[in-house]
Amino acid sequence: MPLLEVEALSVEFPTRRGVLKALDRVSFAIRAGEVLGMVGESGAGKSLTGAAIIGLLERPGLISGGRILLEGKRIDGLPPEEMRRIRGRRIGAIFQDPLTTLDPLYTVGRQLAETMQVHLGIPGAEARRRAVDWLAQVGIPAPEERVDSYPHEFSGGMRQRVVIALALCAEPRLVIADEPTTALDVSIQAQIIALLKRLARDHGTSVMLITHDMGVIAETADRVAVMYAGRIVELGPVARVIRHPAHPYTEGLMASIPMLEERRGRLAQIEGAMPRLSAIPPGCPFSPRCPKVFARCAEERPELMPAGETEAACWFHAPALAEAAHG
Amino acid sequence: MGEAATADGATLFEAEHVTRLFDVSGPWLRRVTNGEKQRFLRAVDDVSFTIGRGSTLALVGESGCGKSTMARLAVGLHAPSRGAIRFAGKPLAAARAEAGLRRRMNMIFQDPYASLNPRWRVARIIAEPIRAFGMLGGARAIAARVAELLVQVGLQPSDGEKFPHEFSGGQRQRISIARALSSEPEFLVCDEPTSALDVSVQAQILNLMRDLQRRLDLTYLFISHNLAVVRHMSDRLGVMYLGRIVEIGPAEEIFSVPRHPYTRMLLDAIPDLAPDRMAGGRSRVPIAGEVPSPITPPPGCSFHPRCPLANARCREERPEYMVAGATRVACHAVAEGRLPA
Amino acid sequence: MSAPATKARGGIGAHSPGPISRFLDSDLWYNFRRSPVAVIAGAVAFLCIAGALFAPWLAPHDPFNLASLSLSNSFLPPVPLAGSQWAFPLGTDDQGRDMLSAILYGGRISLVVGFCSVLFAAVVGVGTGLLAGYGGGVADAVLMRIADVQLTFPAILIALVVDGIISAALHQLHEATEIYIIVFAIGISNWPQFARTVRGSTLVERGKDYVMAARVIGISGPRIMLTHILPNVLGPVLVIATINLAVAIVTEATLSFLGVGLPPTNPSLGTLINNGNAYLFSGQWWITIFPGLALVIMVLSINLLGDWLRDALNPRLS
Repeated sequence: MPLLEVEALSVEFPTRRGVLKALDRVSFAIRAGEVLGMVGESGAGKSLTGAAIIGLLERPGLISGGRILLEGKRIDGLPPEEMRRIRGRRIGAIFQDPLTTLDPLYTVGRQLAETMQVHLGIPGAEARRRAVDWLAQVGIPAPEERVDSYPHEFSGGMRQRVVIALALCAEPRLVIADEPTTALDVSIQAQIIALLKRLARDHGTSVMLITHDMGVIAETADRVAVMYAGRIVELGPVARVIRHPAHPYTEGLMASIPMLEERRGRLAQIEGAMPRLSAIPPGCPFSPRCPKVFARCAEERPELMPAGETEAACWFHAPALAEAAHG
Repeated sequence: MGEAATADGATLFEAEHVTRLFDVSGPWLRRVTNGEKQRFLRAVDDVSFTIGRGSTLALVGESGCGKSTMARLAVGLHAPSRGAIRFAGKPLAAARAEAGLRRRMNMIFQDPYASLNPRWRVARIIAEPIRAFGMLGGARAIAARVAELLVQVGLQPSDGEKFPHEFSGGQRQRISIARALSSEPEFLVCDEPTSALDVSVQAQILNLMRDLQRRLDLTYLFISHNLAVVRHMSDRLGVMYLGRIVEIGPAEEIFSVPRHPYTRMLLDAIPDLAPDRMAGGRSRVPIAGEVPSPITPPPGCSFHPRCPLANARCREERPEYMVAGATRVACHAVAEGRLPA
Repeated sequence: MSAPATKARGGIGAHSPGPISRFLDSDLWYNFRRSPVAVIAGAVAFLCIAGALFAPWLAPHDPFNLASLSLSNSFLPPVPLAGSQWAFPLGTDDQGRDMLSAILYGGRISLVVGFCSVLFAAVVGVGTGLLAGYGGGVADAVLMRIADVQLTFPAILIALVVDGIISAALHQLHEATEIYIIVFAIGISNWPQFARTVRGSTLVERGKDYVMAARVIGISGPRIMLTHILPNVLGPVLVIATINLAVAIVTEATLSFLGVGLPPTNPSLGTLINNGNAYLFSGQWWITIFPGLALVIMVLSINLLGDWLRDALNPRLS
């Protein structure tokens, strides 16, 4: 049984100009010990998906459809009290800005210990010992001394390490990491990514890694979901999606990333821009920009369907067409 | 210095031993009563480079390396504490005092949400340089020129009547570019112009900038932290660390034969998406440590705490530049031939 | 490479909505319509202002035309009490002046003084804030210390002192110029609030890239302050001005009540309250109560409007 199952999740924002559908029937699953990447550009809905799962959707957003199951039990629609128990204990979270994640008034040791005491029910002395141990695990030098330091006494990269410790210390089964390295320098990014990957593997924790950076996904994730305009357009093993993308959007995305290896004459670009939530076209949302568009695309919305070793929401891979195309 | 070579050999922009200090001492009263010394931040430390007409020089580095300060120095928003900057052969301050020369340089900024005045309509924003330099007379001539510029950057002439908040990030950068071009400059300083944009939008903007460079014979000083973008855009490249240029030379040479240990580590730290190297994801070689505070940089070579090749000399003596191929490098290991292949 | 002329002409200025339709479509107006407090307060404030502005046409009598007054009309109670007359619905004062008319004219003076003093305070405060925020350095330090020092004193005290000093110095011109002195005194007592807010906003805007873009092409400091920064810092100024209007009206009423404000020949609401105070406990309560009520209603509605505006203009979380 997968650790996390998201079935046809829809999130809406009622505004005075009408209802905006920010997520439209998003479905995926995360297995135990797996790293799933959610990649997409701004406005695609990847952060919203993470927020909905962990129960931190900002008003007036609300879950308007679908189910979220954690270890087989529904967690969408739980009362706030129960959701709070799940948060931290069974689902951990890492956000982009470590400065706002950590409380500036308390030492990091106190924050770690408190989290463990609340969620694991262990006594204070034991919690402090484990806090020091966690700091060592995330690579903070001299952890016995640094455990009594305040967040502002750490550098950016160190702070993010503390945040990772905080997310993992209650031993959750799943960690949702939303752009964990975007605010950091490139050289620090590499360190943090490596750390997250190693710890997740060592503790058997699944990770849902939300980012716009395909490179981070390539290094860390086992599978990746590509999001566009509130939907998943492609889902599959990382190497496959990157090397042989099945969805035209993924293709365009990969082609527009400047590569370190060769200097290209001109970057391939996707014309136009992602549609605003108030103006999502009917049928496939990518159809106005798609180089492979045909009649059916603007009429009917495609669901994820098998396309080689991945799944893509694209009529191009519909069985009848696939047969015709691949003869 | 001798690396101004371009096709026609014309140097448009020159920085010579430029240093910029910022006073970061505590409040005056406290300093005086406690007997503290004044403290200075060396944002830019003895930086020299030239840019040939029609070419692109990129300055790359991480936070605190001084590239943004250098961008501001290049357009005269700060004055150098030491050293000289020359534009078209004249000292920068003198050039900027003269409207005719000041018109020939402009700047594109990083944050598309803060670089356009939210209360002004787009047409007025783009026309500001035109009006400031008195280049055209009459509302109709200006309106026509604004429409022309909007089309040139891929927008509609009717977009001039809208406000910035009606546009997306990529479109706002296009407006910024149109504004920068309206004074018909030759030299553009681009401070991380695509860092805040999505990847597909970035591709559009970079393509646009290259097209414009070719068509209008523009010279770019391109600031970025993204080496892949820099590879795509630049002819020559300078790697900066804690205010110094540690390696500078033709982009192709630096990418194929990186010499300075920091350059090598920077290249190694970048995730690799190339298909033939994918095999389950190549794990990067993370750089040890973090960038130290620029207020109290390490003595000797400022990279030595993180450098795998550091020896005693590196800890004490600041390396001078040496020439290797067409590149200048400041590294003892390179000078002593200790660099592994 | 120039675009064809027809394209340019057809393109620019074609169909973007004007300011009125933009306002009606805005979140601010929508917010207003949905807030009962704002609508009621707005309606009441509007009535007060309209009544005061059109006083000469609305008032049934001219209370300050000495020839039309008759002592036989004095101390008439308001309708429907015994002895009242419909010609004087709110009663009359000791001189036979119609209370309703006096309140309308008095409210007019109160509003004019309030408005002008707020305008004066805003101009001085915004100008100072811009200079301090943009210029920085010594100018900033000096100007803000002056503001800080002034803020340690209660505004009413400052208005009182300034008014007292100038009135004493110019006592021979006292009567005619009294209103200008009051406006100046109240304005001077209120400028620091504007200055501090605008300075803060200016500091924020000064660091933004669009200001740097203007500096790069060589736009001068004063021009940047006026054309770029000023439009962006006016939002909070509007809120402060609205609330300050209420404060200014009350300040003026206080000064007049204390007898150092406007003279009885050109009375504001405060003067009327002061005038009627002597008769409060001898039975003719309406001479002081009705102007008092009018003052309360006017100030309360403006205050509520200002509160709503402050909340509506605040970037919200939901």
